[in-house]
Amino acid sequence: MNPTEENFLNNLLSAFRFAALPAGTNPFRAEVKAFLQSSLEPMPADIRARSWMGFNAAFSKKLAARGWVGVTLPARYGGASLDAFSRFVLVEELLAAGAPVSAHWIADRQSGPLILKFGTEAQRQFYLPKICAAEAFFCIGMSEPNAGSDLASVGTRATRCQIDGSSGWRLNGRKIWTTNAQHCHYMIALVRSSGEPQDRQQGLSQFIVDLALPGVTVRPIRDLAGDAHFSEVFFDNVLLADDALIGNEGSGWAQVNAELAFERSGPERVYSSIVLLEHWITCLRRSPHASAHAATIGRFATHLATLRNMSIAVTAKLVNGESPLVEAALVKDIGTEFEQSIPVVIEAAIAMDPDAPVDAELYRAVAYVSQVAPTYSLRGGTREILRGMIARGLGLR
Amino acid sequence: MFAQAIEDILQDQCTPAVVRAIEAGGSPLKLWQAIEGAGFLELLASEDADGAGLPLADLFPILSSFGRYTVPVPVAQTIVARALLGSQFAMPAGMITLGAALRREASGAIVCSLTPYGLVADFVLARDGDALLLLPAAAARREATGVHGSLVATLRWPDEGVATRVPGAGPLLPAFAAALHAALLSGAMTRVFEMTLQYCNDRIQFGKTLGKFQAVQHQLSVMAEHVAAASIAAEAAFRTDVTTPSLLAAAMAKSRTSEAAVLVASIAHALHGAIGIAEECDLQLLTRRLHEWRMAHGSETHWNVLIGNSVLAADMSIADFVQSV
Repeated sequence: MNPTEENFLNNLLSAFRFAALPAGTNPFRAEVKAFLQSSLEPMPADIRARSWMGFNAAFSKKLAARGWVGVTLPARYGGASLDAFSRFVLVEELLAAGAPVSAHWIADRQSGPLILKFGTEAQRQFYLPKICAAEAFFCIGMSEPNAGSDLASVGTRATRCQIDGSSGWRLNGRKIWTTNAQHCHYMIALVRSSGEPQDRQQGLSQFIVDLALPGVTVRPIRDLAGDAHFSEVFFDNVLLADDALIGNEGSGWAQVNAELAFERSGPERVYSSIVLLEHWITCLRRSPHASAHAATIGRFATHLATLRNMSIAVTAKLVNGESPLVEAALVKDIGTEFEQSIPVVIEAAIAMDPDAPVDAELYRAVAYVSQVAPTYSLRGGTREILRGMIARGLGLR
Repeated sequence: MFAQAIEDILQDQCTPAVVRAIEAGGSPLKLWQAIEGAGFLELLASEDADGAGLPLADLFPILSSFGRYTVPVPVAQTIVARALLGSQFAMPAGMITLGAALRREASGAIVCSLTPYGLVADFVLARDGDALLLLPAAAARREATGVHGSLVATLRWPDEGVATRVPGAGPLLPAFAAALHAALLSGAMTRVFEMTLQYCNDRIQFGKTLGKFQAVQHQLSVMAEHVAAASIAAEAAFRTDVTTPSLLAAAMAKSRTSEAAVLVASIAHALHGAIGIAEECDLQLLTRRLHEWRMAHGSETHWNVLIGNSVLAADMSIADFVQSV
């Protein structure tokens, strides 16, 4: 077999051609940097390291006042009408600074675009301006106690009912590992609206659940780092109006996959440990032993630059109106490997010499990142799920 | 346009049998003349100088295809060397390779150790501080490495008398050589990936093709990730408006491709099983080169030190540093 026979064997690899951010994003980046300089309170590295796990409604409102929540949404709904490249720049700067962006994060990244794509005009007009004003925070209702990686086995059920003479839905079941449910106004939940669990991807729908409704109970779950960003959400005969359904009944699976392309493709899959890495470098610059770690820093810089280029290549596909599901899965899998390697290396480096003093902030930051790093390859799809998707993209299944 | 034309020539003239023959000591002349005769040595020369005036970005897929076909002559090096020497230079005919190192001995002898294609090249172009030295291989003692099938050699000249000194472009050589090898590695890794994917689709064990086993699928997925990462890192070094790659972008390209080469070769051999190390299997033509090219002109460790020291010396965050490359 000669090389050209297989030249086009896989289109997946050819998706990763270099694409530069448009030069037009440079002035925007400067604006974002200036905003962060003036609006972000000084915080220690271990707090900044929380970044997109850090909930701060006041910061989200400041960002919204600047017009930077819901940046890709059309101006008629209060958005900034910017393209995915601009969002990439905004997100990159927010994460590099360790800004506490978790309050509006989900709505900005996926709930807003989902409502824009699949919602009715009335739903768009109701929710999108609130998202852009940082007045409506969203969470994602996917996982359940018995539906983790096997998402299609969700058991939470919406059944048709009458509410005061009009048709609506009765919701029963529970969701778990929901980030920020205790602080959020709405959940977009994937639930079964017809059929049986063995129908798998058929019969699933997405509903926008107002978390203030009677019958909704949120129980925060404390994590190993002492935070409680996860929670469990119980639905006990929650009555939903007809317009809580988003998109078509029965199309939940396809909609969730479109949503996951947004969830997985952003720079947050590359920058989760960036604050820790930055603080380590800052400490090294003050130390006489910095050059001993030059090769390690050079390797991290190389990987970061490369992953960033891969992420921009995926963003270019979003800008073209494509839904780069497999490409996003590929970048997320290799990106989280990089993010997880950073605390591993830094722990080893700072404890290389037990007699050397260790920066207290660095010690706390590396401990925090090490503790939560396992979640990097759980949230948004496990390694095994992502590698299965890549294998499908390669035509193997 | 050029990329397709070159691909056609390589497909015809640079078959695995030709590669094996040249590695075994056969003459590279026929292959070289086919490439030279098609005018591909002047791709980077300006159009005023009868060259193709090709932007660096368009050179990347061409250099990658040299890696893909494991071209056993220094055609990538000759294209770059001619660009470094400039159109005013009285260009010698023949193969010019790039020296990875230049050392002067007490006797006045000049040594270029472990020179890629040193066994077949007609000239070595090496960096000597700010200058370039063009050294005729015929005047050198060529010492093979003793590595089976390798064309790498150490060349030793008794004195500098035969060298032509070209001032100015010396510092450009390491960046160009690193970027060039990154492109070769990218092309070779892509090919290794395709061969491995194909093998896993063909080979049957336990009643089904290897590619149906989840453990194999996941290894292929990891391989795809690293080939994609390495290729985009290599391409980034060529995406510049100027005529030479920047040192940092080239450093990152060589570092990322060299690191990936080990993993890609390792998974490819694991999935091919024993046949992969057989001489008759074309995989070895590629994986031997992955390791050779990883070491040529500095491994990832060499370039990582340079990059890391630049980060430490920079007055900016690592995020800003990475964007500035």
